[in-house]
Amino acid sequence: MSVLTDQVAIGPPSHSHELVRRLIRNPVAIAAITFLGIVTLLCIAAPITAPFDPLHQDLERVLSGPTDHNLLGTDTLGRDVLSRLLYGGRRSLLSVLEGVVVVTALGVPMGLAAGYAGGWVDRVLSKFGETIMALPALIIVLVVLAVLPQNEDAAMISFGLIGIPAILRVVRSATLRVREDLYVAAARVSGLNHLQIVGRHIFPRVWGPVIVQASLFAAYALLFETGIAYLGLTADPSTPTWGGMVGEASTAIQRQAWLLVPSGTLIASTILAFGLLGDALRDAVVMGEGGLAHGAPRSVVTRRDRDADTAEPLNGRSGLVLRVRNLSVSTMRSAGEIPIVDGVTFDVYAGETLGIIGESGCGKSVTALAVLRLLPQGLRAIGGQVYWQGDDLLSITERSFDGLRGSSLAYVSQEPQSSLDPTYTVGNQLVELIRHHQRVSRRKARSSAIALLRQVELQNPNQVAHAYAHELSGGMAQRVAIAFALAGRPKLLIADEPTTALDVTVQAEILGLLRRLQRETGMALILITHNWGVIADICDRAVVMYAGQIVEQSGIQEMFDRPLHPYTLGLLNSHPSLAEPGSRLSSIPGNVPSPASWAPGCRFSPRCRFVAEECVKTPIPLIDVGPGHASRCVRVDQIFAKASA
Amino acid sequence: MMSPKTPLLIVERLSVRYRRGRRIFNALDDVTFEIQPGETVGLVGESGSGKSTAAKAILGLAPVHAGSILLGGKDITRLSFKERRETYRQVQIVFQDPYSSLNPSRTIGDTLSEPLEAFGERDHRRRRDRVYKVLEQVHLASAAVDRYPWQFSGGQRQRIAIARALMSSPRLVILDEAVSSLDLSIQAQVLNLLQELQETAALSYLFISHDLGVVRHLCDRVVVLYRGRVMESGPALSISGQNSAHPYTYALNEAVPVPNPDAQRARRAAVGALLTSVPGDTTKIQDQQCVFAPRCPWNQPQCWRERPLLRPAYPNGVVACHRYPEWRSEIARSEPHDTLAGNGTQVIRN
Repeated sequence: MSVLTDQVAIGPPSHSHELVRRLIRNPVAIAAITFLGIVTLLCIAAPITAPFDPLHQDLERVLSGPTDHNLLGTDTLGRDVLSRLLYGGRRSLLSVLEGVVVVTALGVPMGLAAGYAGGWVDRVLSKFGETIMALPALIIVLVVLAVLPQNEDAAMISFGLIGIPAILRVVRSATLRVREDLYVAAARVSGLNHLQIVGRHIFPRVWGPVIVQASLFAAYALLFETGIAYLGLTADPSTPTWGGMVGEASTAIQRQAWLLVPSGTLIASTILAFGLLGDALRDAVVMGEGGLAHGAPRSVVTRRDRDADTAEPLNGRSGLVLRVRNLSVSTMRSAGEIPIVDGVTFDVYAGETLGIIGESGCGKSVTALAVLRLLPQGLRAIGGQVYWQGDDLLSITERSFDGLRGSSLAYVSQEPQSSLDPTYTVGNQLVELIRHHQRVSRRKARSSAIALLRQVELQNPNQVAHAYAHELSGGMAQRVAIAFALAGRPKLLIADEPTTALDVTVQAEILGLLRRLQRETGMALILITHNWGVIADICDRAVVMYAGQIVEQSGIQEMFDRPLHPYTLGLLNSHPSLAEPGSRLSSIPGNVPSPASWAPGCRFSPRCRFVAEECVKTPIPLIDVGPGHASRCVRVDQIFAKASA
Repeated sequence: MMSPKTPLLIVERLSVRYRRGRRIFNALDDVTFEIQPGETVGLVGESGSGKSTAAKAILGLAPVHAGSILLGGKDITRLSFKERRETYRQVQIVFQDPYSSLNPSRTIGDTLSEPLEAFGERDHRRRRDRVYKVLEQVHLASAAVDRYPWQFSGGQRQRIAIARALMSSPRLVILDEAVSSLDLSIQAQVLNLLQELQETAALSYLFISHDLGVVRHLCDRVVVLYRGRVMESGPALSISGQNSAHPYTYALNEAVPVPNPDAQRARRAAVGALLTSVPGDTTKIQDQQCVFAPRCPWNQPQCWRERPLLRPAYPNGVVACHRYPEWRSEIARSEPHDTLAGNGTQVIRN
């Protein structure tokens, strides 16, 4: 909750707040900001900080090198180098500011306009940007300086103009991405005008990349400014500038090499600081967009409660394929371990379909990924066993597991497109996969690939083999993904919401396909879903999960006829087809709790209408309530007395 | 439901076309329907059927090729940006994805008061009062105003999106798959909320969904779209029950698995042979044919030659099918028992 109150108290958009927080955690960024801050302050306050007048000549102390009197030495006319650096910095930093202001003040609106309006506005602005990019910056500035001699402001403004494309392009592409977000359409329907939409909803999302670009542009601008000053194009020789001082030092390099050090070092370190700041900003912005913080541990399997349930490894009991015992998965965060899946136990037999049903966040997908040892970064299986033909899958080596994955255990995900490589044809990928599992010639693999595609009922297997992922419809892609899964002839297929993203008509076909394949190959199927209709259609047994635990487990007809957990009952009754049309649905009050806020006793108790004292004190075990039927409810006898009578 | 009142929305022979290179793609082709005040009309069909395009066209976000859209008697088919903004007082939308439809960097209070500001409410206090009132209507605590979207669950976010749509007191709210991404228990809550709001605020809904179970529960009337054309339209109970007049509606109904293993098994056995393995959707469609003919098990030569027009099928219902009602009797003959559509949807227990 403390996070929440911080957020509300500080108020500004979470993005800038977050960005600053990430930035100050980076020591490089801190060093760069501090350095730039000090240099800027000292230069602005030059009339106070400089020990001497920058134009005061002391011909008795020419080219002195560092002394007590002149900390950084004197130049060819005996002027104090430190004072000249401070005064010169005012001009140089002002020039940088001019360049950066011009480039952002023009580049950002142009980028926003190009990205937001699209169409001819985009074409005109993009062509304009490309044209400018073709112009050589130095030559343009030289022309400007020929017309307006020694006018550094004009030089820097034209440099800024030439820099516009860099920012225009960055802002345009960021805008294009944000524009597609639904809340922009929502803002339009809310009645906002274009300016309000861009100002409130788009700009706040693209300014991150803008400051990165601005900071890198500052580095270029300083390099450029010192360059033209070195050439003596911008100021008369007596006026101090950083570039001019380098130029002067170069003429005296034979007599006093030191003179090059103060100005050269300062220019180099300031440019470096701008560049490092830009890098640090980019990291901070990318981290903000990219989700996971770095340093999260790779998914590793650790052992903890081996003794929890010393179920004998598979001993040839007929048809048992997979035996999961007390499987627990936790997140690994700086805040500590938060359990996601807690003591999940189930068996899968050959040829059967086990359904795992539950709402988002209940741990059903994580359970599947843990069995396949595919947990994403930041999640770890911290306990339990997964027995497969006598081996505990969680403790065998990665290498021997690789042998099983695909050939014995296969997986189909909700997003079939994402499991296909967009750069290869379906056929080529499938051939590779088949050759990975069996030592066959390319030709033979090719014909088995076509056979597989035919097996998953694709109309034109040859045509599909030549297609790329993006050319497939959702239903075709799911069929292809199933063909991939079948390539290794698995004994168990785990399908995670395989039909959720599909139309109902296609869903019916895919379910029919899975049923047929199962009949032909005898493989077992674990089907993860949130859809009771799918469970009723294809499953033999079902497991209901809530808040990381199994709350009920039974044969399929039994579960629909006689659910023995209040959550199962509530979830079944939420189904619209079970209610009178137009009437209120009987819904479960409250929200699905997040893992950090699971209740200590029965995790469903805060939402349960049958809650009693005994529910909230201690964790509730899974209790046998009938043959092959278990429920995690202590009040099962009282609540469901009528049903069992 | 049908009364002599003037309809709130009339969509008349609407066509929306997109150009893809040289090919012209009819996203909506001659679509007609209307919504009465206080009524919920469902728009169903598979992906690509044009349901969302219809919503976009009503909001002025899709290029109308022909036809007209009347809102409260006023033609809103083609409007200037300024006039269009005015219609947004009366028509609002709730999108499917409650994550990308809320700006992550603005508080809920900002997001909700935005429509009021845009419609010229300058008084800060009145804006705030309205925000509190609507938050209460959608059953969210008033503390929500200072929070950001990430602090809410999917169901709560969808309530916020509904609240935003209600801010300007609209007469019509388009619900574009608004409950499809929600978990079952949360979906039930939101459906109840929608019904409750409709009763208190006399709202009309255009409910776009692919889930016929939900459509049947919530809607008064249903329009079935396939490849941009209306296949059938009529009272929800007629369309989703066993009386559907179009083979496509029938296929959609039968494809939804019912949450009862026995009923589902019986249904599968009966229907299985009829509609499995439809050819792909890639076939090119001629203007003068039935768009469903390539997938239809009952198609005849006439279906490929002549575009079927909408004609009365049952009370308040119209269908675009040459083979109606013959195809229905063909099913009846091929089925020995009457398990087919009926038993499946009427499932036990409460």
